[in-house]
Amino acid sequence: MTKEQIEQAVAAEAIDGVAERFEGDYPIVIKGLKNSFGSQIVHQDLELKVRRGEILGVVGGSGSGKSVLMRAIIGLQIPDAGTIEVFGKNTIGAEAGEEAAVRSRWGVLFQGGALFSTLTIGENVEVALKQFYPELDPELMHEIARYKVVLSGLPADTASKYPSELSGGMRKRAGLARALALDPELLFLDEPTAGLDPISAARFDELILELADTLDLTVFLITHDLDTLYAICDRVAVLADGKVIAVGTIPELLESDHPWIQEYFNGPRGRAARASKSRAESMDKRDKAGA
Amino acid sequence: MREWAGYSLDEDGGRARLVLSGPLLVSSIGALDRELRVFVGKVDEIDMSQAGAIDTVGAWTVLRFSREQGAKITGAGEQARRLLKAVEEAESTADIEPPRARLVRRVPEEVGEEVVGWAIGIRQMLGFTGEVIIGSLGVLRHPSRLRVKAIVRQLDLVGVSALGIIGLMSFLIGIVIAQQGAAQLEQFGAEIYTINLTGRLSMRELGVLMTAIMVAGRSGSAFAAQIGTMKLTEEIDAMRTIGVSPVEALMIPRIVAAVFMMPLLGFYSSMIAIVGGATIADLTLGIPFMTFLKRIQEVVPLYDVWVGLIKAPVFGLIVALTGCYQGMQVKGNSEEVGLRTTMAVVQAIFMVIVLDAFFAVFFSEVGWG
Repeated sequence: MTKEQIEQAVAAEAIDGVAERFEGDYPIVIKGLKNSFGSQIVHQDLELKVRRGEILGVVGGSGSGKSVLMRAIIGLQIPDAGTIEVFGKNTIGAEAGEEAAVRSRWGVLFQGGALFSTLTIGENVEVALKQFYPELDPELMHEIARYKVVLSGLPADTASKYPSELSGGMRKRAGLARALALDPELLFLDEPTAGLDPISAARFDELILELADTLDLTVFLITHDLDTLYAICDRVAVLADGKVIAVGTIPELLESDHPWIQEYFNGPRGRAARASKSRAESMDKRDKAGA
Repeated sequence: MREWAGYSLDEDGGRARLVLSGPLLVSSIGALDRELRVFVGKVDEIDMSQAGAIDTVGAWTVLRFSREQGAKITGAGEQARRLLKAVEEAESTADIEPPRARLVRRVPEEVGEEVVGWAIGIRQMLGFTGEVIIGSLGVLRHPSRLRVKAIVRQLDLVGVSALGIIGLMSFLIGIVIAQQGAAQLEQFGAEIYTINLTGRLSMRELGVLMTAIMVAGRSGSAFAAQIGTMKLTEEIDAMRTIGVSPVEALMIPRIVAAVFMMPLLGFYSSMIAIVGGATIADLTLGIPFMTFLKRIQEVVPLYDVWVGLIKAPVFGLIVALTGCYQGMQVKGNSEEVGLRTTMAVVQAIFMVIVLDAFFAVFFSEVGWG
């Protein structure tokens, strides 16, 4: 095929509405969000801005609506009121055509991995590629799936395995590989380290940090894991009483006098996580001094 | 309009230079990648200085081409270098699809697996039947372990809630038998035998058979799907660890319900079929409704009723056993639940019909023809 023929074929196969990279400062802007289930109000006047390139940790007690917030942002939960702008586009009531522009630029890791059980891990990664970029050469899709699997810290031969053949930790990584399939700018992680042993959890934290750095990601991370917060989050948003009651770095939050924040960070687990963090830092310093 | 990545060639003192342009992103790489795959010629240097934004897919395409050509990459920015390094480290040649043997091996392999599968299936079925029998004996010895509440619930689901659909089906079948039978018998003036036909056929065969098929479709499938889902969510394992026998808690109530309800439903179905036949006879053949019913008493021997009633619980047992058995065989993923449910219904209906043929021969041999 000649160059012109290829260009024509590609232009014919490509779908409309896949957008350019986002250059603004805030990929996610939420204003006056209200969510409720029947008479139970989950969110009321919730405001949140996520900065480009940051890893934002979202914490809150069980039932404070962390997952609901994520579902609302990615369009799985239709809010009662308010606006949610992702990449500068309002996602609520967006037209079908506009949706692709946003959906092709984020990746979501669900709590249980939510891998398609009848597809291999490699095929799982390819699903989104086929959906949004049908013009890509099938061979290129295979190659992408292969390196995404390895990039997510899985052994190479995992690509041909089915989700049911993997352990819980590997399934999370496979979910991450699928979330990264489209080289997203925005990554949603719902409790990525829940249910992992401390070693795997720490490795997963490192992996996210490394990927966020290399791939220039903005990460929206829901977690209960204090170690994760200390290790990788640039800022932390605290959800309570249906609102984001505070956003900031952990030292900033520690100065807040909200009882929930105090209890969260100064409870036994919070203190332990902080102690291990400062221990790790002092060891780093000693190593550097020694060198 | 999307901006696509492209390239131009530069001859520079005998060195061929490929200059990339445009954004090297997953959304813009499609054409460039395909062009480079069919590229003919030799390139010594890949210049990335004119390229725009880059992601891992762009980096991968550049890396692959540079390796193919043995070309040097120049003009890469900081982000591009970082990504090139990341994808180089992550490169692999693993398969995406599960490994597949060649056809000459696969065909005998699958035939062999099928045969072995049958053998294992028969053993498992026997094992399962044994488990159910032992469970039932245990319940017989300690009647207090019988789950009355669960049985009542299953009786409701299998029997009472099926009355509507089975009634409608039987009524229509009665109409069809009477109408079609009359059309043939009329030819030699024997319309009156429509009554014999409708009565005996629905009592002996169709009432019970159609009910069994309906119960297999309604309840057998439900048994397989419920138990299969419970296996997937580890509920069955949880039961075992608490010391609750799944046979006692899940199988026996379902089996008892099906065995008990099938004769009742089958008899009900036969009755409604006769009413259906009587209705159409009244409307089109000129045989009054009440005369039709009175004649039924005279022409249908009592043993026809017994034939139906004896077959029904056996059919119920088969439907319930296959449903529970297939449910217990579910493992792995959600697709399996659907597969096993289908198998439960197909096998149950098949076995019911095979057994019905045996019964037909048997009953005519013993003189209940």
